[in-house]
Amino acid sequence: MGIDVRNKANPDRIRRFQDYANRIRPKKTVGINLAWAFLVGGAISLFGQGVMWAFEHEGFSSQTAATPTSIILVGMGALLTGLGWYDRIVKRGGMGGSLPITGFANAIVAPAMEYRSEGLVLGIGAKLFTVAGPVLVYGMAMAFVVGVARYLLGIS
Amino acid sequence: MTFVWAFVIGGLMCALAQWVLDNFTLTPAHVLVLFIVLGALASGFGVYQKLVQFSGAGATVPLPGFGYTLVEGIDQAVKQKGVLGIFSGGFTAAASGIKAALIFGLAAALIFRPKA
Repeated sequence: MGIDVRNKANPDRIRRFQDYANRIRPKKTVGINLAWAFLVGGAISLFGQGVMWAFEHEGFSSQTAATPTSIILVGMGALLTGLGWYDRIVKRGGMGGSLPITGFANAIVAPAMEYRSEGLVLGIGAKLFTVAGPVLVYGMAMAFVVGVARYLLGIS
Repeated sequence: MTFVWAFVIGGLMCALAQWVLDNFTLTPAHVLVLFIVLGALASGFGVYQKLVQFSGAGATVPLPGFGYTLVEGIDQAVKQKGVLGIFSGGFTAAASGIKAALIFGLAAALIFRPKA
């Protein structure tokens, strides 16, 4: 899969460019990426379990403890992103940093910080939901479809 | 034992997401959307609930757990108020998470400057 250069005038030049591009393109280090994603994602989940355990210790049930746990993790994700530390976690852990709910907070804060110069409304206000917006839209849409199906089937 | 499973399941889900990111031409945002949809779908089939039962935060901390929260919220709302619950349940269950993300996110964006 070479880079698509639509220049019919000089096919030889295109071929040489594609050879060059393929040669310098970074080799994929899939195995290492997977291992890091596993470790970082596992560690964040383990930390979340610790927080949840603490809340259960304080009298929350195993179901109600998930909510305050999310709030704590989201707060930490936002704080670490603000300090510039979460970027390093994502750089190393990839989706291991992005998939946990701390990464959701990161996806909310990072673009908002970046576009701050465009103002409070169209900068921060709009960019807060650059990634979170689509996630909520399609998550809600799927949950709606599932909810209708379960209602019609009499499961819920 | 839940702690071990939290690490393993949470880690595996992230590794799977990383595999998808590395092998398909998708951005991280696409992968996040894909995984919340998958989480909601798996919850619809009653599969995700089992994952939550034995791995706790390993299933609720990664983003598919958010889809699970939405579906569970709709389920409970439908039990309480019937068909209207399909509309009100999802956001009700996810309210504290979304609100926390909004408030903390806004605060962090106002306080901190991006590192050059």
